[in-house]
Amino acid sequence: MTHKSIRIGGLARVEGQGSLLVRARAGQITGLELNIYEPPRFFEALLRGRAHTEPPDITARICGICPVAYQMSACQAIEAACGVEVTGPLRDLRLLMYYGEWIESHALHIYLLHAPDFLGYDSGVAMAADHRPHLERGLALKKAGNEVVATLGGRAIHPVNVRVGGFHRVPARAELAPLAERLRRALDQALATVEWVAGFEAPEVEHGYRFLALRHPQEYAILSGSVAVSDGTEFSAADWPVHVVEEQVPHSTALHARLDGATGYLVGALARYALNGALLNPVARSAAEAAGLPPVCRNPFRSIVVRAVEIVHACAEALRVIEGYAEPDVPYVPVEPRAGVGHGISEAPRGTLYHRYRLDGAGLVAEAAIVPPTSQNQARIEMDLRDLIQPRLGLPEAELAALCERAVRNHDPCISCAAHFLDLHLDR
Amino acid sequence: MAGPASRRPKLAVWKFASCDGCQLTLLDCEDELPAVAGAVDIAHFTEASSADGPGPYDLSLVEGSITTPDDLRRIQHVRRVSKRLVTIGACATAGGIQALRDFADVREYASVVYARPEYVATLARSTPISAHVPVDFELRGCPIDKRQLLEVIAAFLAGRRPCVPAHSVCVECKARGNVCVLVAHGTPCLGPVTQAGCGALCPAFNRGCYGCFGPMESPNARALNARLRELGMSTPELVRIYRTFNATEEPFRQAAEQAEQSEEADG
Repeated sequence: MTHKSIRIGGLARVEGQGSLLVRARAGQITGLELNIYEPPRFFEALLRGRAHTEPPDITARICGICPVAYQMSACQAIEAACGVEVTGPLRDLRLLMYYGEWIESHALHIYLLHAPDFLGYDSGVAMAADHRPHLERGLALKKAGNEVVATLGGRAIHPVNVRVGGFHRVPARAELAPLAERLRRALDQALATVEWVAGFEAPEVEHGYRFLALRHPQEYAILSGSVAVSDGTEFSAADWPVHVVEEQVPHSTALHARLDGATGYLVGALARYALNGALLNPVARSAAEAAGLPPVCRNPFRSIVVRAVEIVHACAEALRVIEGYAEPDVPYVPVEPRAGVGHGISEAPRGTLYHRYRLDGAGLVAEAAIVPPTSQNQARIEMDLRDLIQPRLGLPEAELAALCERAVRNHDPCISCAAHFLDLHLDR
Repeated sequence: MAGPASRRPKLAVWKFASCDGCQLTLLDCEDELPAVAGAVDIAHFTEASSADGPGPYDLSLVEGSITTPDDLRRIQHVRRVSKRLVTIGACATAGGIQALRDFADVREYASVVYARPEYVATLARSTPISAHVPVDFELRGCPIDKRQLLEVIAAFLAGRRPCVPAHSVCVECKARGNVCVLVAHGTPCLGPVTQAGCGALCPAFNRGCYGCFGPMESPNARALNARLRELGMSTPELVRIYRTFNATEEPFRQAAEQAEQSEEADG
């Protein structure tokens, strides 16, 4: 038995810092760790003592890729603690802004991070030499998403206009007209994207996933609902702490989450599609059918198609919101702080994002808890890798390492929430 | 990234403790990205590319603050392989939101978040890049502004200083034609003491500036604090407004301390 240790570039095209360690002996994997060494920033600790109005701006800084998700989960958790529910046009504007983030984040992942894997390039920009029109279409889509967020939020990264109770300022109907124009073009580009990625050759792999996602009676849930699990369990946001428990593992600064005692469930696009696919906008549903997606997709290499379908959905739904929008009388509803606990859950582009705050009588945060999608998916990504690598241990090391990186990128891990040398140690 | 890379200046993007938002700003230059990629060889940019071109690099953009023992060593390496080093954003320039630990006990922080804090390697303070190595230019903002980022890249390619104003948000606010939220609405606003660059976004949305670009060149926080107190802000509120994304920048640190002391004097 020879021991081999190779260092292969990095776990690139993911957001954050991490690495992967695989050990195998005599044809059996003996150890596998997705190692997250993103420096801890201690958000849950530094939020203590802050005013109830501050978590949306502070927690946005957890992730520059999906700040809207953090703002929305934070707002809803605090509003729940204060006994307020935001409804009507203010909720519609939140949905619209969130659709913008889905479009931007998914377009970034599909075109700049994920597609290069299928087409054999180091980066999205490197694709430009041979696939310039495709890259330009991806950038145009991404830009459309960013414009939605910036129109409502002031800027695409760390928007300034979101507040507990609603917004600082709401747009007049006329201000949304140029966005509708952009979104109609984006919808066509999104449909073309589904067709494009549906043609990518994906390894024939299927995993026995246990999915978790928000579920809403009328919507392909993004902003609110109950929590649904593919085994039939369903629970309310307030019961999250009963079902989901985070634990620390030595090799990672991201915590691992357990669902009802078992580790390794999946959140994100595949989970949402499996649990809520029937509620997709009809245009997105037909695009999924035309792309040959089954009602439940268990091949993570096909998640790129599901994300493209979700962009179609986000564009179509954003257009629907704009069409029905009537400017609300007030930009926000007052949220008077009171002592209590509130839970807020929404669907970040990468999956379910949970916030909990306990406020004291003075309206200050006494305790904060945040469960980001990547800490929920980390154990499942390790299981994907085991399943994938075990039968392929005979492959040349470079090929195996590349496949591992792809398997990680399939889940669009956003490791800032909690990966850059891929260390593949093979002893076989 | 393809082609005769050796002729074009080499650009590297590095990440330390951060949210990735400032480096994402480069990818958010959707219209300009193909041109930038044509003008420079993006040799090291892990978030966007698996390619890892060797140094030295003509221009390194550094995101994030220094918070771990490993990163203390890594920043020295980044400096050695970089002809020019520019920090991008509040974390790299001022320590970022994670510098709130500087006002607390980091072990206590770790014990709040982690059951086994001993597994977590972390430093007591979150420090800007300039605390460790010479920095050629600091671009501010949480996040940075993409027009300013393009200006910085263009300036370094041309061998000149970037044209980035050091005056206050108030100047941008007037240029934009905003109503002054502080004067007209009595909304607490850090615009008078905060560096321009965002385009006076918050006042344009009927909100007071919250200082995410850090202190302007000659801030008069004492005068502003007096006004903010007249508007009803309490001492803890004043301390919190300065202790967010640029808490350890000296003028903001002093402004918070001055608020605390003046209360003691009054009391």
